[in-house]
Amino acid sequence: MRTANAQNSPRTSRASARTVIVWTIVALVGAAGWAVLALARGEEVSAAWMVAAALGSYAIGYRFYAKFIQYKVLKADRTRATPAERLDNGIDFQPTDRRVLLGHHFAAIAGAGPLVGPVLAAQMGYLPGTIWIVAGVIFAGAVQDMVVLFFSTRRDGRSLGQMAREEIGPVGGAAALLAAFAIMIILLGVLSLVVVNALAESPWGTFSIAMTIPIALFMGFYLRVLRPGRVTEVSLIGVALLLFALVSGRWVAESSWADAFTLAPSTLVIWLVAYGFVASILPVWMLLAPRDYLSTFMKIGTIGLLALGVVFTLPTLRMPAVTDFATRGDGPVFSGALFPFVFITIACGALSGFHALISSGTTPKMIQKETQVRLIGYGSMLMESSVAVMALIAASVIDPGLYFAMNAPAGVIGDTVQSASQVVTGWGYSISPDALAEAARQVEEASLLSRTGGAPTLAVGVSEIFAQVTGDGMRAFWYHFAIMFEALFILTALDAGTRVGRFMLQDTLGNVYRPFRNISWKPGLVITSGIVCGLWGYFLWVGVHEPLGGINQLFPVFGISNQLLAAVALTVSTTLLVKSGRLKWAWITGVPLAWDVTVTLTASWQKVFSGDPRVGFFKQRQVYQDAIDRGEVIAPAKTMDDMRTVVTNSTVDGVLTAVLALLIVIVLADAIRVCVRHVRRPSLSTLSEAPYVESKLVAPDGLFPTQEEKEAERDAVRAGQSG
Amino acid sequence: MRSVLVRVVEGVRWYVRELTGESTYDRYVAHVRAHDPDARVPSRREFERLRTDRQDADPRQGFRCC
Repeated sequence: MRTANAQNSPRTSRASARTVIVWTIVALVGAAGWAVLALARGEEVSAAWMVAAALGSYAIGYRFYAKFIQYKVLKADRTRATPAERLDNGIDFQPTDRRVLLGHHFAAIAGAGPLVGPVLAAQMGYLPGTIWIVAGVIFAGAVQDMVVLFFSTRRDGRSLGQMAREEIGPVGGAAALLAAFAIMIILLGVLSLVVVNALAESPWGTFSIAMTIPIALFMGFYLRVLRPGRVTEVSLIGVALLLFALVSGRWVAESSWADAFTLAPSTLVIWLVAYGFVASILPVWMLLAPRDYLSTFMKIGTIGLLALGVVFTLPTLRMPAVTDFATRGDGPVFSGALFPFVFITIACGALSGFHALISSGTTPKMIQKETQVRLIGYGSMLMESSVAVMALIAASVIDPGLYFAMNAPAGVIGDTVQSASQVVTGWGYSISPDALAEAARQVEEASLLSRTGGAPTLAVGVSEIFAQVTGDGMRAFWYHFAIMFEALFILTALDAGTRVGRFMLQDTLGNVYRPFRNISWKPGLVITSGIVCGLWGYFLWVGVHEPLGGINQLFPVFGISNQLLAAVALTVSTTLLVKSGRLKWAWITGVPLAWDVTVTLTASWQKVFSGDPRVGFFKQRQVYQDAIDRGEVIAPAKTMDDMRTVVTNSTVDGVLTAVLALLIVIVLADAIRVCVRHVRRPSLSTLSEAPYVESKLVAPDGLFPTQEEKEAERDAVRAGQSG
Repeated sequence: MRSVLVRVVEGVRWYVRELTGESTYDRYVAHVRAHDPDARVPSRREFERLRTDRQDADPRQGFRCC
C-alpha cells in the first residue's frame, strides 16, 4: 500500500483514464444484466443476462470493495512475513504460489453445497436466489472468507475454534465448538440424504458410484506401493476408470444384474452408514486420499465444462422470475416465505460458515503474502458463487412443471405421473403425464417423481444444457455423469467429515477418560467413529422415512446451522476488528453479521414457534399428536406409525433448532461483552497476534502482477544470483 | 512459435504438479538441503507415507467443505 501510494506517477494516472473506461463498461454490462432480469415479465429470459449480472457485479466487488477492505481496513502489509515464510517446514507450512493456492482453496471450499441450495431455492423463482447469491457473496460471504483468512494468517494459522477461545473467551469458545460439532452432524445427515435420493431405485447411478470404491482402493495402493507421489498419472487412470464405470452403468442397468443394484432408500441408508464407518477407520491413504484426488479432478473438470456449456449455449430460463410460493410461503420444496427462508436455503455460494474452517485451516499456513488474501479468500469465494449461479441456471432451464414434480415430496403429489401432473398443474405449472414419463425415459430412470434433494434436478438441468451441444443421444449419459460427480464429493465429505467429527469427540471425551486423547487408540477410534456415524445415520434414517419429506423437513435445519456457523465466524471477525483498533471499520463484518443473525434467528424462531404447522415444528407436532389422540390419520401420513414418526421427528428437529439458536446467542453475547469491555477499557483485552517479522519474499498481490511487481520480482532474482 | 507452445506446456505441467502436491517432495528436499547440504533426506516413498499419515493424526488437515 505504502509503495503503491508513493508511486502515484503520471504513468499510473494515464492508465487510470483507460481504467475508468474499462470499469464503466463492466458496470454497464452488470447493470444491463440486472435490469433485464428484474424487468422482464411474462417473457422468457436468456441465461446470458444472469451471467452478465453476476460477472459484472463480481468484478466490481473484487476490484473496489475487496481492495478497499484489504488495504484500508485490514491494512494488509506486504512487508510482514506470513506463517508460511516464518515457519516454513517444507510440509504444511510452505509459501505456495498464489495461483496454486487459489486452486487449492477453491477446491477445498466448493463441494456439493453450492449445487444443492440454489436448486431448492429455485422454487421461489430465479430472481430471489440470484440476488442473494450475488449480493450475499460480495458483502458477506467473500468478506467473511477473506477476513478470517487474514486474521488466521496473523495468528500462525489458528483455527476458528481456537480464535474464538483466545479472543472471546472460554464460554464463547465452548459454545462455538459445540455448534460446530452439531453442524457437522446435520451437514453429513443432509448430504447423505441427497445421495440416497439421487441413487434410490437407480441401478445405473448405484453401480457407477459403487465402482468408485474399488477404483479409489486401487489408486491408494498405486500411490502407496507402486509409485509413491505420482498423483497426476494415477488421477488420470482413475478418471478414465471412472468414466468407464459410468458408461458400463448403462449396460448393468440393462442386464440381469440390474436388480442387485436397484436399492430401496432404506437399504441405501444402511450401506451408506456402513461405508461411512468403515471408510473413516481405514488409514487415509487407502480410501480418503485417492478419493479426494478423484473428486478434485472431477470437480474442477466438470465445473469448467458446465461454465463453457452455459456460456456457449446460453439457455433460456423457463422458471418465472418470482413464483407465488415466494410470498405465500407454502412451497412444496421447503415451507416458509421468501424472508427468511431463501437466505438459509442458499448458504454455500452466498455466505457459508463452513468456509471459515478452511480459511483458518490449511490456507493461512501456505499463503505467501498478507496482501494475497483478496485473491485467495475473496476471489475463491466469488468462483464458488459463480458455481451457485450455474446451478440456479441449470434448475431454471428445465420445465417448471418437471421441476416441481421432481422436488415435491411423494406425500404431496402422489406416486403416479397422472396424480403428479394433476397436482403440479393445479399449482399453475402445467405438464402432462406423458411429458413427465418422457423426461424420465430420456435420462433412463424409472421415474423422476419426488427425486428431492437437488442432485437429480441439477443433473436434469446439466443434461439439458450439455445435450444442446452433444445431441439428445448423450442426455442419459450426462444425467448420470452429473449424479456421479455430485455423489462422489458427498461420499468424500462423509468420510472426511466423520473423521473431523470424531477428532472433536476424541478431544472432548479425552477430558473424561484419558486414553481417548490418544487418537490412534483403536477402541477409542472405533467407539467415536461409531458415535459420529450413528448420529448422522440417525438423521439420514429419519430423513428417508419422514412422511412429510426428509428434505422439506431437514434442509431448513441444515441451512440454519450453516448460517449459524457463519454467525460465529463473523462474530469472531468483528471482535477481532474491534480489538485490533479497527472499531470504525467494524461494520465491514458487523453489518453482514447483523443480517445473518436476523435471518437465521428469524428462521429459527419461525421453525420453533410458528403457528403454521408447515413451518413450525412444535405446532406440527401438536397437530399430529392431537390427531393421534383422536385416533385419526391425517395426510400425508398413511398409518398410525407414520403419525408417530412425524411427532417424534418434529420434536427432535424443533429442539435441535432451538438449541442451535441458543448456542449462537451465547457466542454473540460473549463477543459483545468482550467488545464493550475493549471499547471501555482497552488495556484489559489481549490480542494474540504473532509479532512482526520482516518478509524477504517477493510475490505479487493480485492474480496478474503489475509492472512494479514484475520489476521487483526480477530484481529479487538478480539479487539472489549475485548473492 | 514453438517456444510459446513449449512454455504453455511447461506452465501447465508446473501448475498441475503444484496443485496435486506432486512437487511437494522436491520442495521438501530443496528446503532441507538449503539449511544443511548434507542432511539426510527421506526417500520419496518414506516422505509420501509420512505426509498421508500426518492426515490420519489430524483429520483437519486437508479438510473439504460441503
